[in-house]
Amino acid sequence: MSGMKTGVLVLGGLLSSASLILAQADDSKARKSTDARYDYGELSKAPEKARSRRNPMAADETAVAAGSKLFEQHCAECHGPTGGGGKKAPSLVVPEVHEASPGTLFWLLTNGVVRRGMPVWSKLPEAQRWQLVRYLQTLKMDPPPAAAPEAK
Amino acid sequence: MNCFLKIGFIAGFLAAVLAAPLRLRGQESPYIVTYGHYLEEPGSLEVEYFSTLGTQRGGHDFHAGWLELEYGAKAWWTTELYLDGQTTFHDSTVFTGFRWENRLRLLQHEHFINPVLYIEYEQISEADKIVKEVEGHDVEAGHGEPNAILRQGHNHELELKLLLSKNLKGWNVAVNPLATKPLLPSGPWEFGYAVGASRPLALKASAQKCNFCRENFSAGVEMYGGLGDTVSPGLHETSHYLAPAVAWNLPAGWTFRVSPSFGLNDNSHRLLMRWGVSREFSGFGEAVSKLFRGRP
Repeated sequence: MSGMKTGVLVLGGLLSSASLILAQADDSKARKSTDARYDYGELSKAPEKARSRRNPMAADETAVAAGSKLFEQHCAECHGPTGGGGKKAPSLVVPEVHEASPGTLFWLLTNGVVRRGMPVWSKLPEAQRWQLVRYLQTLKMDPPPAAAPEAK
Repeated sequence: MNCFLKIGFIAGFLAAVLAAPLRLRGQESPYIVTYGHYLEEPGSLEVEYFSTLGTQRGGHDFHAGWLELEYGAKAWWTTELYLDGQTTFHDSTVFTGFRWENRLRLLQHEHFINPVLYIEYEQISEADKIVKEVEGHDVEAGHGEPNAILRQGHNHELELKLLLSKNLKGWNVAVNPLATKPLLPSGPWEFGYAVGASRPLALKASAQKCNFCRENFSAGVEMYGGLGDTVSPGLHETSHYLAPAVAWNLPAGWTFRVSPSFGLNDNSHRLLMRWGVSREFSGFGEAVSKLFRGRP
């Protein structure tokens, strides 16, 4: 009987701590999204060997469409449906991403940025990660903000 | 009051699940026993139900089921609650306990082999028959007694696993050595293993959304069993299983798994027929957070 009580207490404790974890984990994400600017320094950490890799899907005619589908499935939730960024993840339509080599983007997808909340995506087969890279490189950059009209 | 609390908790949980947006997901591995090194995406909740239909010599066949609630607390930490139960034919249906599992990614980047630490606390009765893992001297005969007798034994256990996993040319290979320490009643450390290999049927994604594309299916094989304990290590009086496994990842977010486990020696159940269904709710953490804090 005391074992039963212990069990109920332990279960209650687990559920309570889980609720706190849920709330705190999400809260920290919300804070990041409002008061911290993302940097793209992680891209510069790609080793030279990884940067120089060529995309084996470069000539594949269906790669961009397949990459678009994969983006919708796995990336849009955090990066936004058009890659413009969201609460949890930065915009992908910025010069840092646009100018990154295919190998660099592939390296980042493979390794993630675990401490900042981006999971590793090596669970996608290599071919699919290269398809995603093809799609990422087609994303249109945000136009620069228009100059304010001069006062007459 | 207790009743109101329970209803409130269940209503809150359901509200958070319903508020969480459904996203298209896929690429779940076909493993049921073995773990790879992939964790749940942060903020996502995966609700899973698994079922094991087992044959029993010297007793009645059984159907054991378990519910898993798997949550990505961080990109490096997944926490999971299991609720276990079973029906023994011509006997009874019983709730057999719960498990709380945590998986912690040890290295930030991908490496030649990727280690994940698995820590689980279990409080289950001896009537538990889900056979989610095999450890120590777990054998078929241990499940042969009637539920009324088995339920009298309660175990509090700490289970540790090292999940080692590697991807190579589309294949995933995973090795999971495990050690379990019975805490109450105290007992010797028990050991076991699970190994698996799996691969999607197609490595390239097709351009169209589809249910039956080859990339949505993955297949593999698992082998798992006990390795004795500190008092009596080795393979004698242990059971072992070989299990082909198939997973079907539907673009709508559902995953189905089927895996018949075949006993490899006389101490093993002849057949453990397993299947499972799961669905992922992304943004669950955000939905819970809104319940607590209100919308901004």
